[in-house]
Amino acid sequence: MEILLEPFQFEFFRNGTIAAVLVGALCGLIGVYIVLRGMSYIGHGLSHAIFGGAVVSYLMAWNFYLGAGLWGFIAAILINQTVRRTKINADAAIGVITTASFATGVALISRYRHFNRNFDAALFGNILGVSQSDVWVVAGVTLMIAAIIFFMYKQLLFTTFQAEVAEVYGVKTQWVDTLFALILAAALIASMQILGVTLIAAALIIPAITARLLTDSFSRMNLLSTMIGALTGLFGMYLSYTIDIASGASIVLLQAATFGVVLLMMSIQKQVSRRLVNIHV
Amino acid sequence: MRPLVELNQVTFGFGAEPVLEDISLHLHPGQFAALVGPSGAGKTSLLKLILGVLQPTHGEVCIKGQALNGKPAPRVGYVPQLEAVDWNFPVTVAQAVLMGRIQRSGVWPWPGRKDKERLNAILEQLDIAELAGRHIRDLSGGQQQRVFLARALIADPELLVLDEPTTGVDMRTAENVLHMLGELNRQGITILISTHDLNTAAAHLPWVICINRRVIAQGPPEEVFTVETLNETYQGDMLVMHQDGMLFVQQKPHGHTYHDLFPHPVPGEVPAHRAESD
Repeated sequence: MEILLEPFQFEFFRNGTIAAVLVGALCGLIGVYIVLRGMSYIGHGLSHAIFGGAVVSYLMAWNFYLGAGLWGFIAAILINQTVRRTKINADAAIGVITTASFATGVALISRYRHFNRNFDAALFGNILGVSQSDVWVVAGVTLMIAAIIFFMYKQLLFTTFQAEVAEVYGVKTQWVDTLFALILAAALIASMQILGVTLIAAALIIPAITARLLTDSFSRMNLLSTMIGALTGLFGMYLSYTIDIASGASIVLLQAATFGVVLLMMSIQKQVSRRLVNIHV
Repeated sequence: MRPLVELNQVTFGFGAEPVLEDISLHLHPGQFAALVGPSGAGKTSLLKLILGVLQPTHGEVCIKGQALNGKPAPRVGYVPQLEAVDWNFPVTVAQAVLMGRIQRSGVWPWPGRKDKERLNAILEQLDIAELAGRHIRDLSGGQQQRVFLARALIADPELLVLDEPTTGVDMRTAENVLHMLGELNRQGITILISTHDLNTAAAHLPWVICINRRVIAQGPPEEVFTVETLNETYQGDMLVMHQDGMLFVQQKPHGHTYHDLFPHPVPGEVPAHRAESD
């Protein structure tokens, strides 16, 4: 027990762990909608775009959350308009705009090497970078998004399942889509310090697909994915502390391992039930 | 009697070749009608205009005398094509059906007492009560059709719109679906379906509307399904037969049969041991 509680005597670990659990749960929850809507790549792309915004807002001495958030939102609108007004498909538009934005960030960092701030944290995640105020921001964003998803659950479910039919049944799907884009941008910014832009996409996708393997029910998939995200956040932090690796990487590796184990369990179960059927025949 | 659905000179789509042109239709409360026509004739677009998902370029669509003007049609149940459904999506039968209650249930994510009562009643009515907890993929074609019919019915619609309810299911299931729709129609629900299946339409529906960009003809099938009308609708060479009081429609082969082109086709073979045992 003491060994388990030992790292909690450090404030950085307490802050980091609370943030990791919240971010894990948050990414797990919205990941359900990302995966079922086929939006995995936009999650990946937008997190990179936001990195560019983070560097620019640091250089201009803007508030990080406002600067990065606005940048991410503009990138999302640019992608949307490019797809609407040209013959370019969404995946290609995401590739151009978000990577260019990421490259802007990299270019600025390499030009002004005298940065005090450690941008490794933004890229790969670092618990040392999580301050008390970061924890408050993460908690606030998580609570707000959880509340929105809770009260918009039916509209989100119907829009995700069959947008066009939902429209007939009176759901304002365009409004739901815009709201979801804002939720995603907010979640990405809140997760950046913990997971790092390069690893956020995995935290969005892996808990959701693991939960999908475990259930055919939408409500249960929401609960399971949130729980898997939170638990891998918690144990990922321990792993990160114990063997001294980046927190984002350890959380994502733990999630990947969980997915592997569930996949293996499922295929064994299938084999066994097939064999049982054969015996009965 | 005021029509439930009214389309007045509706045109949809721009340019010299609009998708639909000068469509005027009335559907009265309690009517059961089929929209027939070839692929690309504008059947789905016409259904979506009536549902209020698409807006006409000219003319107006009225439900109970009220022009829609971009709002979704009130009290309309819609059953999309089964082929358009993502069968891997994680929803159970009960979860899928409850989506139809979206305008009536409260703010909580879970169903309330009234929602559950309505759900059970509808599932009983359609004979799928024991499937409530199943995933939508683990059902037969007929059961899948019933699930989406149940979702439409749980919203207490006055008008039921079904896009190709007999496509993608076997003949017996198609027959069952149309019987079920006939039963609902007798209970007072107005129903409009689109279909490719002229023979089923002729056998089961009292009113058909032939469209191909324009309305070619509308009326009871025995009056509308004539060689002239069908040739104009399908731009082909159609054959209409009457037998045992039923009406059958068939496309004539293109002036020749397989045997005309290949007098000696590769023959099939019945395996010998099967033949012996017979």
